[in-house]
Formats: sequence, structure tokens, C-alpha cells
Amino acid sequence: MSDDKVRRLNALRGFTEGIPHNKALGIEALDLERATALFVLRYDPKLVGNPDTGTLHGGAITALLDGASGAAVFAALTEWKPIATLDLRIDYQRAADPGRDVLCRAHCYKVTKNVAFTRAVAYVDDEADPIATSAGTFMLGTKPGGKKP
Amino acid sequence: MTILDRLNEAKSSGNYAAMFEAVPYARMLGLEPQVDGDGLITVMKFSEHTIGNAALPAIHGGAIGALLESAAIFELLYRAETIVLPKTITITIDYLRSAGAHDTFARGTITRHGRRVANVHVEAWQGDRTQPVATAHAIFLVMS
Repeated sequence: MSDDKVRRLNALRGFTEGIPHNKALGIEALDLERATALFVLRYDPKLVGNPDTGTLHGGAITALLDGASGAAVFAALTEWKPIATLDLRIDYQRAADPGRDVLCRAHCYKVTKNVAFTRAVAYVDDEADPIATSAGTFMLGTKPGGKKP
Repeated sequence: MTILDRLNEAKSSGNYAAMFEAVPYARMLGLEPQVDGDGLITVMKFSEHTIGNAALPAIHGGAIGALLESAAIFELLYRAETIVLPKTITITIDYLRSAGAHDTFARGTITRHGRRVANVHVEAWQGDRTQPVATAHAIFLVMS
């Protein structure tokens, strides 16, 4: 296995195991390729928004899109830097299918000196039939204290 | 009992805690209502499982986003004359500061409520109301 692949697998574990909220929600990182992240949100009744239909709450989809988009930024950077979400816009196209896991493919399509730009799609079977899509911007090289520069 | 029945019953009896409890994900996040002179505040009690960055520590952006979206929905339910389940069309979240390991509060303001669509602005803060950790504007489909 190449060093690059090992680094990626370690990063995947970090996103899945090292982030308590991802663990609590059942969000796992499945793959990281150059500037692209593939995440999954495991269906769980505790994440439901409407108990009559069993559809997932938008908030769970938000956490999935935010997490995958951040990972895509890390996957696009040539060296590790702290990042912070500046904004995230989410458009909901349809309700998530009850009982089904939700996948998310996020792509960091542009990195500048200070800012990275992402697009992400949350879907069940077919990326062309999304549950939600998002556009995000991330500040790069934020201070570890969390304050925006 | 359907969710609409439960929400209607909770609202007519002024039992907003029951309104929050009707939504599984709100329970999971630890959301609680707080009513003051200006209306409804949605509180996300701090819990370890909402952490996104254990080193800082900071609450996950997804949890903050979920709080903002939920606060907007609960504001619509709180103000509604006839309850319908709002469906989120779009939400844009601005992250302003990292949210520390504390309780987080959010209040929604309905900027326009039409026949089919409602626009809501939401602010979330921790210790200092004038230093929001995040804001959002969201648009909901509000048709029965």
C-alpha cells in the first residue's frame, strides 16, 4: 500500500472515530480521493424528523453535508491546515427514504490562499436523484483557538 | 396519534416541551424550549456527543446547523394558527465563531409568512447574545 493510501485510510478513521458527533449520528467516512470525500449516514430511528413517515430530519443531512465538505477540503490541501466553515447553503430536493442509509459525495472544486469552495450531494441510490445538495465555503489556516483571522 | 395531533395538542395546552419531544431528532440533540417575553428560544443543552472538534473543543457545525433549522421550524409551529409540518426548501448557515462546550440558544424570526412559503431568520448564541456563534436564513414550504 502506498504511503498516500495509508495516510488516507488514517484520515478516514479520524473522521469516523475522532469526531464524537459523527460517531453519535452514525456518520462514517468511506473514501477520500483527491479533493473528494464519500461519507455515509446510517439510518437510525433517533435521527427521524417526522415519526409518521420515518424520514430523516434535515439536521442530520446538514451534519453529513458539513462533515463531508470539510473532509473534501482536507483532501484537497497539500499540507494540513486548520479550517473553519464560513457558510453552508443546503437545498433540499426531496425527503430521505425511510430505513435507507444516505450517501454524500463532496468535492472541493477550488482552493485559494485563504478560502476553499465545496459542492456536495446527499443521495440514496442515485447521485442524479439527490435528497439535498450544498455549496460551502471554508476559511483556511484558522487559528487553533477557533477565532476567524 | 399522528405527529400533527401531538403538535396540536402540545400547542393548545402550551406544553412546548411535548412539542419538542414529538420530534425524535430534537430529543437526540437535547433540544428544549424556553419561553420568555419575546417568545420561544430553542436551547441545545451541551452534550459530549455534539462535539465536532475534540481538541478545541467545539460543537460540530452540523449540530449547530440542526439547532438553527429546528429553531426555525419550532418558531413556525409556535406562531402558527393552523399547524402544518414545515418542509425545509433551503437553509444558508453563516458560521461566525466556534461554539464551545456550553449550552447553545437559538431564536427564529419569521420575516415573511405567505400562503405556500415562509422565510425565517435565526440566530444562535452561547454566553453573550450580542456575539452570535452562527446565523441562518431558511425558507420552508408551509402547505398542508
